[in-house]
Amino acid sequence: MAKITYIEHNGTSHTVEVKKGLSVMEGAVQNNIPGIDADCGGSMACATCHVYVKEEWFDKVNIKSEGEDDMLDQAYEPTKHSRLSCQISVTDDIDGLIVNLPEKQ
Amino acid sequence: MIKTDALIIGAGPTGLFTAHQLKLIGLNCEVVDNLDKVGGQCIELYPDKPIYDIPAIPECTGEELTKNLVDQLKPFNIKFHLNERVDEVKNNKGTWQVKTNKGTEFSTPNIIIAGGVGSFEPRKFAPKECEKFENKSIFYSIKDKSIFKGKTVSIFGGGDSALDWAIELSKGSKINLIHRRDEFRGAESTVQKVQDLAKEGKINLFTKYQLKDTKGSNSLESIDIMHDNKEVKNLKTDYVLGFFGLIMQLGPIANWGLNLDKKTINVDTEKFETNQKGIYAIGDICSYPGKLKLILSGFHEGALAARACFKLARPNEKYRFEFTTTSKNLKNRLGVKSD
Repeated sequence: MAKITYIEHNGTSHTVEVKKGLSVMEGAVQNNIPGIDADCGGSMACATCHVYVKEEWFDKVNIKSEGEDDMLDQAYEPTKHSRLSCQISVTDDIDGLIVNLPEKQ
Repeated sequence: MIKTDALIIGAGPTGLFTAHQLKLIGLNCEVVDNLDKVGGQCIELYPDKPIYDIPAIPECTGEELTKNLVDQLKPFNIKFHLNERVDEVKNNKGTWQVKTNKGTEFSTPNIIIAGGVGSFEPRKFAPKECEKFENKSIFYSIKDKSIFKGKTVSIFGGGDSALDWAIELSKGSKINLIHRRDEFRGAESTVQKVQDLAKEGKINLFTKYQLKDTKGSNSLESIDIMHDNKEVKNLKTDYVLGFFGLIMQLGPIANWGLNLDKKTINVDTEKFETNQKGIYAIGDICSYPGKLKLILSGFHEGALAARACFKLARPNEKYRFEFTTTSKNLKNRLGVKSD
C-alpha cells in the first residue's frame, strides 16, 4: 500500500491508501476522487486522467510511457510536470506521492 | 421528418451491431454520429491498437473490428447521418421527436443511445477569452482556407493536423507554429518538411510555448504565448488555429430527462431501457450493477434492446425468437439462400 494525495483544483485534498500494482488513476477512480475522468479506462487513448505530479516527486515516479507525451499534447493545460495518471504505477517508492488535478479534464 | 422504427445514436461497435440486430428482426433503423466516419472510439482513439477480447476473434485492431462490423451490415440498407449530433429529444404522445444540430428530424418510438462517453468535440484553448473569438478569428477546424490568404495565422498543436495545415497555409500566409514541447507527433516526413520550412523562414516555430492570452476587443489583434520558463512573447496575428485532438463530451444527452450517474445512464438489464419509456442506453454509456465496459457487453446489450424496440414498433405483432442458422425469415433478410 502507498499513501497518495490527490489535490483537486479547488484545493480539496484527498489522501488514500492505494494497493501496489494499481495505477495512480485506478487509485483515484476506486476511491471516487472527483477530477479524474479516465474515459478510455487506462488504455492511454485519451487524456482525461491528467495530473500534475508535485515537483519533488516528478523524478521518483516511473518514467513516461512511449506515446504518453503525444496524448498529453491533447490534455487541458499541460505543463512540464504533467502525467497521465494511468501510466504511473503504484509502488512502495512512491508512498506519500502528491498529485494536483487540473481545472478540468 | 424521417419516420423510423428505431434511431441509434452513436456508430461505434455497439451501435453498428445493434443496427444489425434491429434489421435482422425486421425493424428499420437510422444511425446518427457526430464523427465524420463510423467506428466511434475504435476508429478515433485506437484504430491501430490490437484488441484481444472480442469473442472468436483472437486479435484485431479497432479499424479491423469496425470494418468487420460494417461488412456484417452489408445485407441491409442503413442510413447513416454522420457529422451530426442529436441535440433535442422530445416526447409527443408516446412518440419521440428528435432533432440534430443540422436540422434533421426524426419521429420514432425507440431511441437507442450507444454514445460511448459522449460525442467527440475538439479540445479548445484554456484561456476563457478565446470563446469570444471562436469561429471568427479562432478555429478548431477549417472549412474555407481562402480566408487565411495574405494573413498571419498562428497554429497550435504538434500532431498531423497542425503540421499539415502549417505546411499548406505557409504557401500564402505568414505562419506561426506553436507547440508545448520540442517533439512533434506527426508523421516523420511531415515533421521534416516543417523543419525545412522553418529554416527557410516560411514558418516561425515556437516550441515549449502555449497560449496564455488573447488581445483585441472586437477583433483579434495579437496573442501572448508563454514559454515553459514563464517568458512571455506577444505575436501579432489575424487568426489562431488550435489542433489538440478530440475529447469526449456528454453534451446534450444531459438535457433529455434521463437518470444519469456521473457520465453514464442508468438502465434495467432486461431491456436496457432508461427511466424514459422507449429510450435505451447500451455500451459504455450505460450503467447497471455489474456493468463491464467491454465491447462484448455492448453487443449483448444491443441485442436485448433491439428486441425491446420490437414491442413498441410493432405493438400488434408478436416477436418470435429465431436462429440465423435455421430461420427462413432471417435468411431472407440476410439475402442468403435457405437450404
